[in-house]
Amino acid sequence: MTEERPMLDVKNLSVRYRGTDTPAVRDVSFTLGRERLGIVGESGSGKSTVGRALLKLLPTAELTADRMRFEEVDLLTAPERKMLELRGQRMSMILQDPKFSLNPIQRCGLQIAEAYRTHVRCSKGEARAKAIEMLSAVQIRDPERVFDLYPHEVSGGMGQRIMIAMMLLADPGLVIADEPTSALDVTVRLKVLRILDGLVREKGIGLIMISHDLSLVRSFCDRVLIMYAGRVVETLAARDLDNARHPYTQGLLAAQPRIGGSRDELPVLERKDSWLEPAEERP
Amino acid sequence: MKPVSVEHMSIRFGAVTILPDVSFDVAAGECFGLVGESGSGKSTILRCASMLLSIWTGDVTIGGRSVREMPLNERCRTLQMVFQDPYGSLHPRHSIRTVLSEPLKIQGLDDRERRMREALGDVGLPASFLDRYPHQLSGGQRQRVAIARALILEPEVLLLDEPTSALDVSVQAEILNLLVRLREERGFTYIMVSHDLAVIDHMCDRFAVMQSGEIVEVLPREAIKGNEATHPYARELIGASLEYESVV
Repeated sequence: MTEERPMLDVKNLSVRYRGTDTPAVRDVSFTLGRERLGIVGESGSGKSTVGRALLKLLPTAELTADRMRFEEVDLLTAPERKMLELRGQRMSMILQDPKFSLNPIQRCGLQIAEAYRTHVRCSKGEARAKAIEMLSAVQIRDPERVFDLYPHEVSGGMGQRIMIAMMLLADPGLVIADEPTSALDVTVRLKVLRILDGLVREKGIGLIMISHDLSLVRSFCDRVLIMYAGRVVETLAARDLDNARHPYTQGLLAAQPRIGGSRDELPVLERKDSWLEPAEERP
Repeated sequence: MKPVSVEHMSIRFGAVTILPDVSFDVAAGECFGLVGESGSGKSTILRCASMLLSIWTGDVTIGGRSVREMPLNERCRTLQMVFQDPYGSLHPRHSIRTVLSEPLKIQGLDDRERRMREALGDVGLPASFLDRYPHQLSGGQRQRVAIARALILEPEVLLLDEPTSALDVSVQAEILNLLVRLREERGFTYIMVSHDLAVIDHMCDRFAVMQSGEIVEVLPREAIKGNEATHPYARELIGASLEYESVV
């Protein structure tokens, strides 16, 4: 991480959904520079909630933090008008399943062009050219043809690349990818990840990758936050994942069957209440 | 223990042929995997074999007897299915007791209370869970209930349609251990659909690679590690999975 001020600075973020007693996210703190940060945990651990809270996409939830700052903007006090400027243009989000995140009755290319025209004043022709350029940047072979396709006419892998194109079009500083490849087949998963990874590096974008897959995060992120029941239980460099100290992280790693691994009984996670205690001070 | 044989299974929905012509054999007590990308027809094979879909042609025999000839009751006591998503496959307003007692009532089996307790015990849940509803259980517990429901009629063949893909790795490990133990104890024959080759490698003896409704290659488990497949698509699929694991 660079010495300069981090792009994103979050301190003691807590989120409580309306109608529940226990917060979904408790005292989560982290900073992000121009790097790739993974957030990993089981379903219900609050990892997606963190991503949504950063974009303030949780209007009904109660959101508290000591600090939540993105570049010069204080996200805690930013009015909705300011957030509208930020979302899509300076921070954007790639969702899990392209089937549900693209408008089914509008051509893919028009959706990308629309996203561009929302943020940049330009003619329709320029937006179209920009969209086609971006489609080829995500390695879609025949971008002119794909521009005119409807979402149901493209495969899952291509749909996710279209989403990536749409989200990176406005050159955001921060991209939050929420399980970007969980809905994809293993044959296209790596390809999509590499495209995302290539663009993120090339443009120097800060990336937050939310995933339940430790091995994915290990290869595509620099740093990893491990979340359990709304708390960050451990933060480590991705390459040190094998030396994880927290029993939860170790348990998650061990529970994963491996190709060519032994066929002995898989180690099962023994959950302990003590994991819910606040973690010790992190570096 | 009974062997399963699928012969020339073929199904069309309108103008679209989902399975052109699929045949394979599963030995008694074997765990046979079906892998392939989404839309390749893996789950359709299970839905046809279990007669959830009946408009197909060809035949499936279990222990030499055709599933088409079996009366409903006999079929249910021969093969059972475990579905992918335990959040969708249990009725939200039926207690676990109702879920488990229904098949017993239909089959006219006595001693229901004992059987239900045993089935829950087999999947590692306490008998007190009988009076719970699905929303009071975690995903892993629900999948255990779904497996208990499949076990309660003491079938010979279990069809497993991505039994762990909706679950976290930590919970997946529990369910896979349970399935391994049950097969060792009861000698079930499994046909298991999965998109995760690591799970197939952990569970199965042999597996078939499918592409657009056809089995392109049947491989032994050992072929995964060194990618010994010969068909180009099978090589690509195994290669992608190996790469996915090895980039870490």
